[in-house]
Formats: sequence, structure tokens, C-alpha cells
Amino acid sequence: MQRIADLRAWLFLAFLILGFEIWSRLSFGGTFLFNPFNIQSIAIFAVAPLLLATGQTFVIISGGIDLSMGFIMGLASVVAAHVINWATPGMGFGLAVLFGGLVATLIATLPGAVNGFLVAFLKVPPFIGTLGMFGVARGVAFLLAGGTTVPVKNEVFAAVGNGKLFGVPYIIMVTAVFVVVMHYLLGQTKFGQHNYAIGANIQAARRAGINIKWHLLRLYILSGMCAGLAGVLYSARFSAGAAQAGEPLLLDSVAAVVIGGASLFGGSGTIFGTVAGAFVIAVIQYGLVFINVEPFWQFISVGVVIIISVLIDQAQRRFAGGRQSE
Amino acid sequence: MNDISPASRPLLEVRNLSKNFGPVEALKDLTMAVRAGEVVALAGDNGAGKTTLIKAISGVYQPSSGEILLKGKPVHFGSPQEARDQGIETIYQDLALADNLSIGANIFLGREPMRRAFGILPVLDRARMAEAAKKTMALLDFHVSRLDAPVSNFSGGQRQAVAIGRAVFWNAQILIMDEPTAALGVPEQRKVIALIHQLKAQGRGVIFISHNLQDIFAVADRIVVLRRGVQAGERRIVDTSHDEVVKLMVGG
Ligand SMILES: Nc1ncnc2c1ncn2[C@@H]1O[C@H](COP(=O)(O)OP(=O)(O)O)[C@@H](O)[C@H]1O
Ligand SMILES: [Mg+2]
Repeated sequence: MQRIADLRAWLFLAFLILGFEIWSRLSFGGTFLFNPFNIQSIAIFAVAPLLLATGQTFVIISGGIDLSMGFIMGLASVVAAHVINWATPGMGFGLAVLFGGLVATLIATLPGAVNGFLVAFLKVPPFIGTLGMFGVARGVAFLLAGGTTVPVKNEVFAAVGNGKLFGVPYIIMVTAVFVVVMHYLLGQTKFGQHNYAIGANIQAARRAGINIKWHLLRLYILSGMCAGLAGVLYSARFSAGAAQAGEPLLLDSVAAVVIGGASLFGGSGTIFGTVAGAFVIAVIQYGLVFINVEPFWQFISVGVVIIISVLIDQAQRRFAGGRQSE
Repeated sequence: MNDISPASRPLLEVRNLSKNFGPVEALKDLTMAVRAGEVVALAGDNGAGKTTLIKAISGVYQPSSGEILLKGKPVHFGSPQEARDQGIETIYQDLALADNLSIGANIFLGREPMRRAFGILPVLDRARMAEAAKKTMALLDFHVSRLDAPVSNFSGGQRQAVAIGRAVFWNAQILIMDEPTAALGVPEQRKVIALIHQLKAQGRGVIFISHNLQDIFAVADRIVVLRRGVQAGERRIVDTSHDEVVKLMVGG
């Protein structure tokens, strides 16, 4: 079942690319897919939403949602910019980047920990708890940024954000490695296994002796960390910290998870599916620009794809439910 | 015939157990025993105190007075986990399974075995979980073809078997079941009855609550009838009849 849901997202991605390919050949005789520039642009486009979406995948599988990720990303972006600027004179370019990146990612785990504390210990519904944190992180990020963007003066940081090795941008490599680690964490460790169990039947998980509170706390810290990394890479790419860096990406992250075959009711989803989901969104957004459609169609198409994914998920549940009660 | 002579030491003994909820005396001075390889049915009308009794045994409730003895030693369970650690496992009606996980993953939920991939990377040992699942289910005479399928793919009776299988795997000596056949169709009920026979054959003790006299007479060695919190009677199945049991339940 899960595998079918994953494959559905990849199949959809394939059809989408095929569609754009046909369109671009018919309308201006060029290729969409076989243009390395397009591929790279789409991949870079997908980096931040994908990083958020991997964390969101864990949270959604557990039966929760993290609405604060977008502004945690913004917060980390601003913190990275400030810290790197502050540390560069003393530490030199390279070390300052490392230091600033680490500090920003760590800072991002703080709002994550508060989310986890609210959800796990104070029993606040994730939707509400992380919505509150959405506001707090947003306010703090804008305050730290002084209401504007924070330029970073560090050439190593700019190189990290825009450089390439063997033609592959560093940020894509970092993201790819991170996604593989998250895939491992979800699919091959106790933490991942318990996450699925909690999302399916929290009573069963508790009775099996799983420490639910501790798990949820670590879960939201993890999702904060994903947002933190996304924020750092954003600042590297644009050599600037921006509080609103992740604002439009939160919904994309949820959409990627849902399109990737996870259920918003919890208990199902994979990183593999989420990757397809994130690329579906990136391809739609980039592809529509490529074929010169008005940008507002992006919102409409992504919205329609989300709704279709949720409908398919529900239909599948009904089907499975029917089989069970036989 | 089963040996239920007083000489064989009971696995579990409940002595003069009482449980009050404020002014409500849900259980009064109840005494009963379960021997190894014995199936004891608890019967009684709604509100008779059956659930209260098994919750007191399994550590959910603390008795107001009385004693519980495990293999002759007095025990006190502060939580269901403590009871489980000593081999008393309750199969809950909602089955306490994670539907999205395989049989093996459910058996090992919370205590997953790990192995090292490439000699270094710790990963879940799915092969070992599947192997244990296969063995355990075979022990219960359930032969599952798809060990990697999530348990949501299985029928109610099979899921019951998984829950029981988990208890068996972790070496439960006493299994307690509250209405194990209530939510099942007739063929599935038969399978659960067969499961209970298997547990008995393995020398485990079983306590099960049922409203279904058919089931009770099919599998129990003894029946304990409760009425308004007190023991209304205890009979060996071979010595009693449907009629007598019904009379004990309603009183008079
Ligand atoms: N947690 C509780 N608090 C107060 N009264 C309870 C509680 N649990 C059971 N009772 C009462 O104890 C009596 C026995 O209940 P129960 O053990 O559930 O009966 P049965 O399982 O045989 O139907 C009933 O009168 C019930 O109302
Ligand atoms: Mg009851």
C-alpha cells in the first residue's frame, strides 16, 4: 500500500515531465528535460522545500503537523547571516561559515524543542502549538533582521551557496546527503519505526513501552533542525539572511509530503515519496514559467494536485477499511 | 482429562480480592485460581465485575484488599508493565497493534532488534523480525504468506492471533482476554478458540471473559461466574450445563 502510494507520486512526476517535454517540443521545438540548465534549476528550486518536507514527513507520519517550519527557516537564515558576519573578522572566512552554520542550525532546534514540549508534555494539539510558534519565530526573525535583509560579507559562504563540484552545486550535494540520512532515520532505525507506530496507534505504542513524550520532543527538534539547515543554505545562496525566507515554503512542504503519498491522518508516508512530491511541485512551478504561462497558474496547479492527492488517499483508505471489516 | 487436582500448584491465585470505587463495591472477596495449561472463563451479567477483576490482576487497578499470588509468591503490580514483566499479558479488545507495521514489527514494537549493515551502520533487523513472526505464528497454527505486509491487511481473527503471538513470543505465562471473540464473525471465532486451545497445549494459563456460552463450553476447563461483584459459583465445565451457568449468572 505504502509502496503504491510512493510509486504513484513518481509516476505522476514522470507524466508531468513528459507533458512539459511534449509541450515545449510542439510549441517551440526545444527540449524541456534534456536541457541540463533546466534540471539544475529545478533541483536548486527544490532544495529548500525538500529540506522542510523531510522534517515535515516525520511530523505528519506521527499524526502531527509543524506549521512553524517556514519561519524557523527564516530565523535560522537571519541568525546565520549575523553570526557569520560577526565571526568572520576573528575566525577567518571558512571557520566563520562553519561556526555560523552550526549556531544557526542549533538555534533552530530551540523553537523545535518548544514545539515538542508543548505537544508532548502540555498536550497542545500540534496544529495550535506550532501555529503559536509560527508567530513567535516570525516576530523574532524580523526583530533580529531589523525589518530588512542582512547581507553577508563572506566569500566562502557565497561559494558554498553557488559553487559546484563536477558540475553539481554544493547545496544540491548537501541536500542529497541530508535526504539520504533522513531516509535511513525513518526507514531503518527505532526512532523511525516508533514514529510510524505512534502515528498509527498511539495507545499501542505506549503499551509497547515506547516513551511517547521523549519521542515527540526529539521529533519536533528534528523538524526544527531541518528548517535550520534550509535557512542556512538559503543565506548561502543569496549571501543574505531574510526573515521571510521560508514564508512561501511551509505550504509547499506540507504539499510535498501529501503528494508523496503520506496521509494527514498519520501512520503513513516515506522520504522516497516526499522527494517525488517536492519535485512535482518544483517541476510544476519551474515548468509553467518555462512554457511562459502566467505565474499565478502555479498556485492553481499545485493546489489542484494537492486536492487530488488527498482524494486519492481517502479513496484508498475507504477501500482498505472495507476490506478490513469483511 | 486435565489435571486440575488441588495438588498441582496454581500459576496464579487470587485470594479474597476486593475493589471499591468510592462507595461502589465492584469486586467483593473474590477468590479464584488458574493452573498451567488451564483455561478459565469469567462469565456474568454487565456490571458483574469481570473487567474490574482482570484489571486488578493485570496491574491496571490496585486492589482495595486481598492478595494476588504468582506461582505461590505474593505479588503487587503498580502498572500493567510490571505485570507484563512477570509474564501476565492482557490482550486488549482494540488489539494494541500498529496497523501500518508488519507482524514482526508489531511483535518487536518497542524492543526492535538491530544489526550492522556493512559492518558499521546500525539498522533494524527485519529479517530477524520476520523469522520470529513466522515461527511464532506457526506455533499458533497460523501460516502467513506475506510477512512484510502491514497487519491492516489481515482479518480480525488473524490480528487477534498477532496480538496473542506477541505475548507468546515474549513468554507470557498467563494470557488474559476480554471478550476475544466479540467483534468477530463465526469462522474467525473458531480460529480464536483454536488459538486458545494452542495456548493451553503449551502449558500457559488463560483467563477469558465471554458472554458466549458456546465459546466457553468449547474451550474452558472451568468457569467462574460473577454476580454484582461476588463469586456466584465456580464449576468444572464437565460438571455443568448451559442452564446451570445461566441460573448462576441471573441469580435465584
Ligand atoms: N473506574 C470505575 N469507577 C467507578 N465504578 C466503576 C469503575 N469501573 C467499574 N465500575 C463499576 O464496577 C462495577 C463492575 O464493573 P465491570 O467490572 O466493568 O463489570 P463487567 O466487566 O462485568 O461488565 C459496575 O457497577 C461498574 O459501574
Ligand atoms: Mg466488561
